Amino acid sequence: MKINQKIFLQLGIFIIFFGLMGILINNLTVNLARTGIGFNFSWLFKPASFALAEHPLPFTSSDSYAWALFIGWLNSLKVIVSSLILATLLGALIGFARAGKNSLLGFISAAYITIIRQTPLLLQLMFWYFVGFLGLKDNMFIQLKNIFSVSNQGIEFSGLTFSSEFLALLLGLSIFTSAFIAEVIRGGILSVSRGQWEAFRSLGLSERKGFIRIILPQALPAIIPGLTSQYLNLAKNSTLAIAVGYSDIYAINDTIINQTGRAIECFIVLLVSFLLLNLLITNTMEIFNKLILKSRKYS
Amino acid sequence: MRRLLSAIVGITTLLAGCATTNQDNSSRLDLIKNRNELICGVSGKIPGFSFLKNDGSYQGLDVDICKAFAAAIIGDSEKVQYRPLTAAERFTAIKTGEIDLLSRNTTFTLSRDSSKGNSLTFAPVVFHDGQGLMVKRDSKISSLKDLANKSICVGSGTTTEQNINDAFESASLPYTPIKYQDLNQVVAGYLQGRCSAMTSDRSQLAAARSGFQNPKEHIILEDVLSKEPLAPASDGQDQKLADAMRWIVFALISAEEQGITKSNIDEKVQNAKNNPQLKPLRRFLGIDGGLGEKIGLSNDFVVKVISSTGNYGEIYERHLGQDSEVPIPRGRNELYNKGGVHISPPFN
Repeated sequence: MKINQKIFLQLGIFIIFFGLMGILINNLTVNLARTGIGFNFSWLFKPASFALAEHPLPFTSSDSYAWALFIGWLNSLKVIVSSLILATLLGALIGFARAGKNSLLGFISAAYITIIRQTPLLLQLMFWYFVGFLGLKDNMFIQLKNIFSVSNQGIEFSGLTFSSEFLALLLGLSIFTSAFIAEVIRGGILSVSRGQWEAFRSLGLSERKGFIRIILPQALPAIIPGLTSQYLNLAKNSTLAIAVGYSDIYAINDTIINQTGRAIECFIVLLVSFLLLNLLITNTMEIFNKLILKSRKYS
Repeated sequence: MRRLLSAIVGITTLLAGCATTNQDNSSRLDLIKNRNELICGVSGKIPGFSFLKNDGSYQGLDVDICKAFAAAIIGDSEKVQYRPLTAAERFTAIKTGEIDLLSRNTTFTLSRDSSKGNSLTFAPVVFHDGQGLMVKRDSKISSLKDLANKSICVGSGTTTEQNINDAFESASLPYTPIKYQDLNQVVAGYLQGRCSAMTSDRSQLAAARSGFQNPKEHIILEDVLSKEPLAPASDGQDQKLADAMRWIVFALISAEEQGITKSNIDEKVQNAKNNPQLKPLRRFLGIDGGLGEKIGLSNDFVVKVISSTGNYGEIYERHLGQDSEVPIPRGRNELYNKGGVHISPPFN
């Protein structure tokens, strides 16, 4: 292809793309104006006039909608980060057990993965909440020296309280995601050729040392991309919080849409906040991935 | 950066694609007639108002209001498609045109009616309700004050959520709201003991309690937190449909005022036809005056409505009366001349 043709082709694609975008955007604005909705974000600074059960920062009902949304974002972040850590630990444990040689452990972890992966997350969340936590009767306290107590209101641990809504979501998300992470990790370990295992054994390295120093570094590049996508799924799945009454950003957004009637603006806010969150996760994982690849090159 | 840019482009395209419904400015009233079916938004989960029965049919006061609209607009009360909606979905469903109108125990408020709020229009109130609190009998809670620092289960995305906050805030009482999206979850959370009380409209509390294993173990507190006039709603920009809906509801009330029922409607029509001096009755039943045409309906729309659903009192008795599954005393929902607040303007 000649240079001229290439330029024309690029120009053509450019015109078609922006033409289409223009039509769609025009369509949106015209239709919004016609239905009398129109874009407007001034409601963000009006008082929210609802209360929240959980707020990491001070919140009263006279604070603005914007602040309520930010609190919701923090609540989402809190549950996402904590389940991310828990799911990774749990997933790694089960993944190792599944890939290991102990056949009983292997069987148990396979059963765990099967059950968790084949049932819907929403169902599991409802189970943990309504059966798991609310199943504890309100008069049945498990109490240890005033430091640690469990009831259907949640868990109290030396002054820190975790509501049953938060715990059900944390547990549900972590367990669900851990089953997927376990499979990603098992896949990564199996991708390292058998020769590598035989090689470190013939060098006289112990199983544990060989696994940590020889096998795992080679498995990681295969694990990280899969892990990233599981983390992104976890972040998105956290919006199911609304099913168990946890005030995450989606639940708060839902209330705001109802009070203000600003569905489109609210969804833009929601989309952008999740986009930022997930871009953060993706980029962090990418940096991590690069570090690993780099360390391998020079070792 | 590139990823962010492409994401922004993606979102704009997605959004732009959302708003591609292109309708001309004709009223939905004509659309309903042409479609020969009314799409009515209901809840589907509140016994007595709109509830899915075992046989797959919807039953309740809100459902009968849909039927009355269909009878008046199309001429057949069975030509209704019911769309079960959550509280949070309902207004978007009207604005996007997914449903023609809403008959889903919706509270009539200023911001929902205004063009800068939800920009809806409300038909006359079909049920006057008030928000209440339900607690377990053995909890020793007898008023709002006893609920200080306690958890309260509440449905999210409703006026309920705002009212409970207003009530506690004005009494300077701290409380913890546990919010669920759906009334069934509110009930489950309350019954499982997550909350000391659940709050909703008093009619809904009564309806929910009727399904409990031991209804007598639960009491509805005397405190009434709000006025909840529940009314059908439609798009605020469609004056024609709103007019028709307004007068169909008034027809139900007016028929009760005049003692016109499902069983005596034919007799009343004959009587009116034979007696030219009964002017108000002749106008009401569409024999004189051409009132129906003025609101885009047939002149005998009242006859069609009453012969299919009966008058307001009959609808109430059927779903909320003493012998129904969810008995709620009529109280404020009586006619104005019997101590209630329902009144119809004249059909002139």
